[in-house]
Amino acid sequence: MVRKIATLLAITVACALGVTGCSKDPMKWDLVNITGIMEPLAFSLTDDHGQAVTQDDYRGKVALLYFGYTHCPDVCPTTLARLSQALSTMGSDADKVRVLFVTVDPKRDTADLLKTYTDSFGPQFVGLRTDDLDRLKAFNKRYRVTFGYGKPDADGNYEVSHSSAVFIFDQQGKARLIAEATDDVPAIAHDLKQLVSGN
Amino acid sequence: MFETVFSFLLPWEFSPTVLVLCAGSALIYLRGLVRGRGRTDAPGFWRNTAFAIGLVSMYAFLQTHLDYLSQHMFWIHRLQHLVLHHLGPFLIVMSAPQVTMRLGAPEWLRRYVLAPVWRNPVTQAGYRLLQNPVIAPVLFTGLIIFWLTPSIHFTAMLSLPRYNVMNWSMAIDGLLFWWLIVGPEHQAGLRFLGYGRRMLLLWAIMLPQIGIGAYIALTSKLLYSVYGVCGRAWPIEPMTDQGIGGLITWIPASMMSVVAALVVLARWRRSERADEPAGTPGAVLVEAPSR
Repeated sequence: MVRKIATLLAITVACALGVTGCSKDPMKWDLVNITGIMEPLAFSLTDDHGQAVTQDDYRGKVALLYFGYTHCPDVCPTTLARLSQALSTMGSDADKVRVLFVTVDPKRDTADLLKTYTDSFGPQFVGLRTDDLDRLKAFNKRYRVTFGYGKPDADGNYEVSHSSAVFIFDQQGKARLIAEATDDVPAIAHDLKQLVSGN
Repeated sequence: MFETVFSFLLPWEFSPTVLVLCAGSALIYLRGLVRGRGRTDAPGFWRNTAFAIGLVSMYAFLQTHLDYLSQHMFWIHRLQHLVLHHLGPFLIVMSAPQVTMRLGAPEWLRRYVLAPVWRNPVTQAGYRLLQNPVIAPVLFTGLIIFWLTPSIHFTAMLSLPRYNVMNWSMAIDGLLFWWLIVGPEHQAGLRFLGYGRRMLLLWAIMLPQIGIGAYIALTSKLLYSVYGVCGRAWPIEPMTDQGIGGLITWIPASMMSVVAALVVLARWRRSERADEPAGTPGAVLVEAPSR
């Protein structure tokens, strides 16, 4: 009996040591690490060429998910510009990354407009949209974010509130990092390089 | 208009557990009311109202669009926890629903579920541990500090399982704590907690809440950037949002201690008066904190 308990104890200790040994993350991340916290990438939308796409079309790439809209006055262009600058420091590795810009204003953001907009930031930028607002809301909800429309002014222009964060997924589509509006280019570049080089 | 109200009342993230527990409690209580009609210990208007407001407010913050707003606005999140941890449980406990609910609970539920679970030594040990007069206030403020730690708050708002654990822990701890302080004075399975000690416990949870609330309200640092990540429910300055949230943590939350202290004080005086004719005026002082 005593020996049994001793063996059990030894196994427990060994397991505990083993687990902590494995779970120790050798990588240092500059951005917020969300590994194991958020849902993997999954969607069914239309890209800026009018093609139906899902998460599987971006398997093998590091995917950066961002919810925005092309009429966005400040947050979206500055965020996308920071991503673009980070990618420009990565050389040929930049092609292993895709920035998925999901419009939360599909009424104004046609596929053509999305294409012109995302192309201006670089070849890795893809515009995604759906006219189905319920689907768009469900996709936002999956990442626990929301969007809302402001009142239109005299010219019919309106603001859209949306998430300011970039959700970063690895090559297998697992949620790994969040880049916030306050994270700078070197931090984003550092973590993207680390993620691309396979971890 | 009707549609807006209706969609507001629908669950944002449906939880069968919350529905079963809340609807079940309400039904048991109503059944108890019907069966206990005419009894001298049947609750009156105020106790019924307190129970109803407590239960409905907790349900509303867990299962209507208030839950959505709580996920996308810091100050509404603080309001949510004020209801789940303080106001809702306090009102439910103050309504002393145990007599009515015992009457209303179906025989099978009492005999085959509640009684065996309650008599289980693990339940008993756990209950005594959580209701220990030192552990209870530490747990009460500890949970507030834990979930308001910026890095922990960040992941709690992003992960649905963690978000649920957060809200459940607040609601359960709220019920346990207020049950200990303003619940039945002599409780099954617990030693009598003196009135003076109850006051001391209330004071012990008030000070940290004032500290945390004031810090959140007055700091110039943005502590909870996760609401920017999730997108706020409507446009509001992040610092304004944080300031209001801090004030809610600071003032109404700590005021609850004052309200509860008044209740304890009233019971203390009543018990002294009840004791006097019996000729044992010193009996109450035995439990006073000065000892």
